[in-house]
Amino acid sequence: MNLDALLLSFRLAAVVSAILLVLALPLAYWLAFTRWRGKFLLESVVALPLVLPPTVLGFYALIALGPRGPLGRLWLFLFGHTLAFTFAGLVIASLVYSLPFAVQPLIASFESLDRRLLEASSILGASRLRTFFRIILPLSWPGLITAVVLSFAHTLGEFGVVLMVGGNLPGITRTVSIDIYDRVQALDFAAANRTAFLLLFISFIVLAVVYGMNRRVWSPWLAK
Amino acid sequence: MVALAREVTTPMLSVDIRKQFRTAGSPPFLLDVRETFAPGFTVLFGPSGAGKSTLLDCICGLLRPDAGVIKFNDECFFDAARRFSLPAQLRRIAYVFQSLALFPHLSVEENVAYGLSALPSPERQERVERILPAFHIAALRRRKPGELSGGEKQRVALARSLVTQPQLLLLDEPLTGLDAALRQAILQDLRAWNAANRIPILYVTHNREEVDAIGERVVAVINGRVQESGAPRAVLDAPRSIALAQAAGFENLLHAHVVEQRPADGVMRVALSSANCELEIPLGTVPPGAAVQVAIRAGDILLATEAPRALSARNVLPGTLEALEPRGSLVVAQVNAGARFIVHLTPGAVRSLQLVPGLRVWLVLKSHSCHVVLP
Repeated sequence: MNLDALLLSFRLAAVVSAILLVLALPLAYWLAFTRWRGKFLLESVVALPLVLPPTVLGFYALIALGPRGPLGRLWLFLFGHTLAFTFAGLVIASLVYSLPFAVQPLIASFESLDRRLLEASSILGASRLRTFFRIILPLSWPGLITAVVLSFAHTLGEFGVVLMVGGNLPGITRTVSIDIYDRVQALDFAAANRTAFLLLFISFIVLAVVYGMNRRVWSPWLAK
Repeated sequence: MVALAREVTTPMLSVDIRKQFRTAGSPPFLLDVRETFAPGFTVLFGPSGAGKSTLLDCICGLLRPDAGVIKFNDECFFDAARRFSLPAQLRRIAYVFQSLALFPHLSVEENVAYGLSALPSPERQERVERILPAFHIAALRRRKPGELSGGEKQRVALARSLVTQPQLLLLDEPLTGLDAALRQAILQDLRAWNAANRIPILYVTHNREEVDAIGERVVAVINGRVQESGAPRAVLDAPRSIALAQAAGFENLLHAHVVEQRPADGVMRVALSSANCELEIPLGTVPPGAAVQVAIRAGDILLATEAPRALSARNVLPGTLEALEPRGSLVVAQVNAGARFIVHLTPGAVRSLQLVPGLRVWLVLKSHSCHVVLP
């Protein structure tokens, strides 16, 4: 079992899901509450990674992050190196790749809130920001946890995007799924199995927690 | 100076708005209201779907009318011509929704203090400490709304709204689903509060008992418009439209046309369309030949088992008792006197008159129990 690869994957997943949460909250809020008729366009863009093959996404990410891409050029100007085949590049590509997994549970949560609660909050003088932090967020926490856990798990298991953008540099971009692929290529099935099984186990636990939570809708303030 | 100014001016809400609603599959609905609301209770009465809640939503700023002006004294809440709408946060209005909308994750105390976030902490605490006992919820302060009874929730919702010291109070059926005693008790608290504060209170209900209990002024809203306004007795006991008569709980609505007017007797005669009989009803401005409906409360009709004589009541109709149906503390009788009449009786009257379906009976109606309603 390659501990380096595993730790790298966890680090990537943690960083990505933390950044995604910050990005997805305002995006999901806007998508859930805007009355703009064109919002379906943005919804489609957010959902794209769900249907695109990761290699397509990875290909465009590589182009964008490379020395001729806009993001890559900006990064080159700021930091003196390009993004392709770096951990930062991996993070950026993974953000796009896992975005729907963070945004969609949040939208679902926000949309299921009783609008009258939000209206009551405004009438009682609360600003939108206060309503968001005091009412919307606390009442959406199952959706919040689902968003974090799913984007974490999804990033943990990604392969195609990493391969395209990150390549296979030990300790920098060799994540656990790449490592398994390498082992299989090298016909070391026992090592591949140990890592694969661990990933399977972790994924199952994560999903079980999410589904268990949503089933019981852990909301301690509801009547018993 | 400020205190003096408050005493001199009477806070008045004036509303003059129109808003068109188009929903697929249903006819367009136009809210068109021009009305002034003085301090004290004004009951907004009308059938559901008449636009009462929509009107409150416009007044408090949750909805924007298409046209018109909403003003509170000199303060402009909304002015379509100037494309101005004061945000709901700044209107200093308290609004208790029908659903109450208590925040489920906050305790009673936190719910009540929610609207006071702009105040410094000691004053916030002091206001909460004053309002909790006034609405009899001090003992519940640590509970979550999920752990409260219906009446307790309603008290918390009222306290949460009133603690902000609003300049206007909107109540959307805040007491539905409570029994009469509890409703009376909460209304008592509300009246006591209003005696001290004197602000306009708009109270939506379609419960006749609540109208009588509050009983200052009624504004009847039918199909998006103010149909009538005035004292509850004038508006609801002599309704001038069918929708209002139905909403006010008139069980008998009979098609008729005016036969003749007798100004000397103060009456006019109408003929019921479905029956070969005429009624004498108070004189109105409806010309002979005009089609009208006659609204009669089931509780205003007397029932006799022998032909009554020497009565002041002008209308005696023979008929057949068709059905008796006990409903709570009263018995609903159906009588066929050419037209079908609903009559409310007490179980005691049914017993002592030995009423059974099929019996020949006489209906006795005072002229003033019969109200002409225009189609």
